[in-house]
Amino acid sequence: MDTVFALASAEGRAGVAVVRVSGPQAHKAGAALCGSIPKPSMFAVRPVKGRAGALIDRVLVLTFEGPNSFTGEDVVELHLHGSIAIIRSVLSELSQCDGLRLAEPGEFTRRALENGKMDLTQVEGLADLIDAETEQQRLQAMETVEGALAGVVDRWRSDLIRAASLLEVTIDFVDEDVPVDVRPEVHRLLSHVIEELEVQVEQSYVAERVRTGFEVAIIGAPNVGKSSLLNYLSGREAAITSEIAGTTRDVIEVRMDLQGLPVTFLDTAGVRETDDIVEAKGVALTKKRAEAADLRLFLGDLPKGLQITAKEGDIHRSPKADLFPSNSGISGVTGEGVSDLTSEIVEQLKGRVSNRGLASRVRHRDELKSAATSLIEAKRLLDLGADYSDLSAEEMHSAMRSLSRLVGRIDVENLLDEIFSSFCLGK
Amino acid sequence: MKQFDVLVIGGGHAGCEAAHAAARMGVDVALVTMTKASIGVMSCNPAIGGLGKGHLVREIDAMDGVMGAVADRAGIQFRLLNRRKGPAVQGPRAQSDRNIYQREMLSMLESASGLNIIEGEVVDLSMDGDRVTGVVLSDGSEINARSVILTTGTFLRGIIHIGDQQRPGGRMGDKASNKLAKRMDSFGLRMGRLKTGTPPRLDSKSINWDILDMQPGDEAPELFSFMPQGPLARQISCGITHTNTQTHEIIQKNLEHSAMYGGHIDGVGPRYCPSIEDKVVRFADKESHQIFLEPETLDGNSVYPNGISTSLPIEVQKDYVSSIVGLERAIILQPGYAIEYDYVDPRSLDAALSVRSLSGLYLAGQINGTTGYEEAAAQGLVAGINAVQFALGKPSVHFSRAESYIGVMIDDLITRGVSEPYRMFTSRAEYRLSLRADNADQRLTPLAMDLGLVSDTRQLVFDKKMVALSSCLSLLKETEVTPKQANTAGLKVKEDGQKRSLFQLLAFPDVEFDNLLSLKPELNAVEAQIAVQIARDALYANYVDRQRSDIERMKKDERQVIPPDFNYIELPGLSNELQAKLSNTRPDTLAQAARIDGMTPAALALILAKLHQMKPKSA
Repeated sequence: MDTVFALASAEGRAGVAVVRVSGPQAHKAGAALCGSIPKPSMFAVRPVKGRAGALIDRVLVLTFEGPNSFTGEDVVELHLHGSIAIIRSVLSELSQCDGLRLAEPGEFTRRALENGKMDLTQVEGLADLIDAETEQQRLQAMETVEGALAGVVDRWRSDLIRAASLLEVTIDFVDEDVPVDVRPEVHRLLSHVIEELEVQVEQSYVAERVRTGFEVAIIGAPNVGKSSLLNYLSGREAAITSEIAGTTRDVIEVRMDLQGLPVTFLDTAGVRETDDIVEAKGVALTKKRAEAADLRLFLGDLPKGLQITAKEGDIHRSPKADLFPSNSGISGVTGEGVSDLTSEIVEQLKGRVSNRGLASRVRHRDELKSAATSLIEAKRLLDLGADYSDLSAEEMHSAMRSLSRLVGRIDVENLLDEIFSSFCLGK
Repeated sequence: MKQFDVLVIGGGHAGCEAAHAAARMGVDVALVTMTKASIGVMSCNPAIGGLGKGHLVREIDAMDGVMGAVADRAGIQFRLLNRRKGPAVQGPRAQSDRNIYQREMLSMLESASGLNIIEGEVVDLSMDGDRVTGVVLSDGSEINARSVILTTGTFLRGIIHIGDQQRPGGRMGDKASNKLAKRMDSFGLRMGRLKTGTPPRLDSKSINWDILDMQPGDEAPELFSFMPQGPLARQISCGITHTNTQTHEIIQKNLEHSAMYGGHIDGVGPRYCPSIEDKVVRFADKESHQIFLEPETLDGNSVYPNGISTSLPIEVQKDYVSSIVGLERAIILQPGYAIEYDYVDPRSLDAALSVRSLSGLYLAGQINGTTGYEEAAAQGLVAGINAVQFALGKPSVHFSRAESYIGVMIDDLITRGVSEPYRMFTSRAEYRLSLRADNADQRLTPLAMDLGLVSDTRQLVFDKKMVALSSCLSLLKETEVTPKQANTAGLKVKEDGQKRSLFQLLAFPDVEFDNLLSLKPELNAVEAQIAVQIARDALYANYVDRQRSDIERMKKDERQVIPPDFNYIELPGLSNELQAKLSNTRPDTLAQAARIDGMTPAALALILAKLHQMKPKSA
């Protein structure tokens, strides 16, 4: 097995840069470079010297012994001063060590997956964690990395293995005395898992939003100051504003961090009847995007006949408060009412986030949904009686396959273990 | 010196099936057994079939094998298990008259052309490097063969335990194969010890049958063979009794005298066929266990008490047997015993059941860590076919998990190995709904015909059945009716304006084939047996369709062949544990690799990537 190394922090100049070495030769390579390395799970400052003996840098060295490391292998981490020149020399020194090569992109994580340090959902969580821009995203990704989803899926799987084994025992050992009626317990187990699956499916929509960002659409008639508000919010000229109604035709998106929440504001074309083909397309697009958004901010009233349905939690404000003062006024020119607005948006979205689920990807949701569908059918068939136990069992297995795919685990055989530990079988 | 194409060592269930299959394929076959009298002996329970096992017998029969036909002739009580559950999980089972079974099996083998039965003890294999070239008998004579099938059952270093007494033996009354075991050692294969047990046999005349419940067989016996059979043997009922707290007390008190609990046995026993000691210890809160009293023959006195296998001393066996209702005065004809034997880790084999590290040596039956006559016979069939292919220089024949229980078993064995004697269950087959006992012929007979395993008569019967099935199926599929028409015919169908084919209607729970006759009078001409099978296909059609994509995915992975010398050690990113597992198991395909315990998707991706990388070089 190769030992691999790479810069584990971002490219370029920084305060600190981290170089990670992982594999069977990691400790040897670390010692060769630094004279000696600290004991496993310890750290120390060491000089890094080149082949010629010249000092390259004084670095913080961390030693990990497999399997207690990120990759599950022996690992040495060098925390260097983040100069491009230092990084280059250290990498070049490492590349000259025997049996070492530069890691491929994602190879550390892949090794962690390989060595059972992480499952598929945890790896996805890690990718999210690295991409996290806001506090809520970080919290959610962290939860996934810590294996929260995998933990729940494992619990479901063991409940389903139990349920399937109860049913299988009545199939495969019918001519032996397994007298108990297993159906009430199977029923209970299935109902419980179905209930939890459905909650997770429901909450996954919120979790997905936390991962990809919430959309808040600003809507109103032309020239009510939507773009001005957007510009004020973003603190830059994101959208062109002018006195001419219908200036915005495309949907303009500005992504920002609202108190830890990832929010994308959509500035949309003003809604009105129009003969201009381009503008009409803009209005249609507005309607579509506005309806799909998580939250709608209505500036004033929309023209009759061109309604966009408001949903619970949507926000209404009177436009151009700088010109027409009112209680619920807002202005992108003076900033009047803007901080009230952001508080209300944050409050709305935070309320939703408190219900976010553990599954945050479409892939997760699809597998959860298909597992739930199978189990509902399994329960229905179970209630039809013993004639249908083969079909009911098939649906349970199908659900388990979905869950295995979800966490990326491929193995079976647990079923018979469960059967034999619970029943006295064999004539 | 006589030269054979295929030589089979052992005349048990694996050996018989292997030798007969090879002979059907038209080559010269030798079957070497210690004594002709032991051909087809049922060492334990005198019964064939059951759940999963019955499926295997049907599959063997579909390839024109012998077990099903012999079991039909020897059957003295037929029962279709799970009659009330779905057809995919129904398994035929029959109790056999062990004498008739042996007699019929011997006559089958003797009448097979090209099959020579040779009495003798094989003490060694003749080798030419890594290639097995024949066998050496105890009298020093040699027999040459292009390929050799080893079916040692429990004979390889077999030790019989009764209480704290033990002696070498392959079965009660037979000696063990210890010399051959030495040769096996020299191959450096991973080997282990397993154990199994059998109950004391009782004298029928000493059993008080009058006070016992009796269990009769089915009124209309469901046979094993797809081919019509002659008249059945006389049918009998079995007795049912139970152990009680007194029985359990006797066993508890004497546990330390049991070979297993006294620490005399290292081998692992099957969890699904526990000894009575095991049951009493592991399920201490259960006050009673069921026992079936199964006559072993029609004419003799021996009764097999199914459910109380043991390795306790003879005196204790007498004590606890007489504590059981109906057995108060029972006389023990042969004591129960446990037997320990060597097996080869089946991960040393490929899908043809050939030892990977050698050439021309095939293993089948208990030597591969399985238990059961049916499991043994099915492996015998696979080994027999492949030994012929090898002898003729033809490619080996593999059975897929998607197509047969045989495929499920072979794949389980060679990819997962065994931790206890392996027995077939229907729950082992992920495509259980497609692998039914009733369609085994549709799944396997065409393959058997291609290989030349099938007699002309069977081929005719099969072709006729296929024509009948397909014409009935097209009648059902081409006829579409509205809900209104269906309801007029007395079927309960939702008035949703949706037209449905008769085949779709047949999938409805309360629609029977006969209900369709008024909608399509031509269906009156369909034979009952064909109608039953079509109704079963209809019942599962939706599920089978859904599984098809799973099967396709697996087959795609099965086409990704991993070369035998694939270097897992040099594969970067693969954990040490998986490297070791893969190097030991040497999966033939990516699909097999996926089924190895602890395998991860990422590891599979690595292997696949490497395979792609290697391709251009070899092209």
